[in-house]
Amino acid sequence: MNDILVWFQNPGLTHVLLISAALFMLGTYAILTRRNAIMVLMGIELVLNAAGLNFVAFGRYAVGTFDGQVITLFIIVLAAAEAAIALAIVLNIYQNFHTVNVDEINRLKD
Amino acid sequence: MDLYTISFYMFAVLLLGSAIVVVFSRNIVRAAFALMITLLSIAAFYVLMMADFVGIVQLLLYVGGILVLILFGVMLTNRQISVDIREGAIQTIPAVIVTSTIGGILAGAIWSTAWPMREAARSVAATAPVIGEMFLTTYLLPFEVASVLLLVALVGAALIARRERKS
Repeated sequence: MNDILVWFQNPGLTHVLLISAALFMLGTYAILTRRNAIMVLMGIELVLNAAGLNFVAFGRYAVGTFDGQVITLFIIVLAAAEAAIALAIVLNIYQNFHTVNVDEINRLKD
Repeated sequence: MDLYTISFYMFAVLLLGSAIVVVFSRNIVRAAFALMITLLSIAAFYVLMMADFVGIVQLLLYVGGILVLILFGVMLTNRQISVDIREGAIQTIPAVIVTSTIGGILAGAIWSTAWPMREAARSVAATAPVIGEMFLTTYLLPFEVASVLLLVALVGAALIARRERKS
């Protein structure tokens, strides 16, 4: 009991990793279950954020260099590019199919 | 219980609670605004882990850029909102099985691994000069490739979204 209290009072690497694992689970669940393409995108953003949190946590608590922070910046840049392209594609799909339900989009061309 | 611990758990609760709202909310606009709280909490975690520059970039790019893009997407594609409210989720039971398996494996691995911990926290006045130097020395090639990638992605996104329809 006392060990658990001490563990809770000293937030460190394990705490951040568990939080980021929970965030990864929630993002995966959103990707798997949501029908709206934009909700799937939001799930992808949650997963990418969980990965970035892990990189910064390892750099802070385990490695002690700034490489993790640099890689997190690259992740953010890639997420920006991915969101721009994906939303352009979603808008085009909406113009052509009048829906963004990922189950109903089963043709490359209308 | 010092201030660091209190703020750590406060942002942890805020992060996971808003992420749960994002995943399980039926209303997509509410989910988009809950995603803003999630991204802000992530920025707070970056600051708590002494990564202030990454926290600022998270604020600028994620909250200021990507989230606004997502909101634009929501507003431009969400004409039949009543349909979305009814059919929110599919394949719930397989998804629960898959995600709980992934989560169990991750939690077990995190819990049972003896992570190499650093003894003393190294205090740095500002991380931005160090990161900037690394961008221009060690990570010069990925930096340039990322800039070209961003240019290509933005030109391509504008081209795809603005294409004129024939009819």
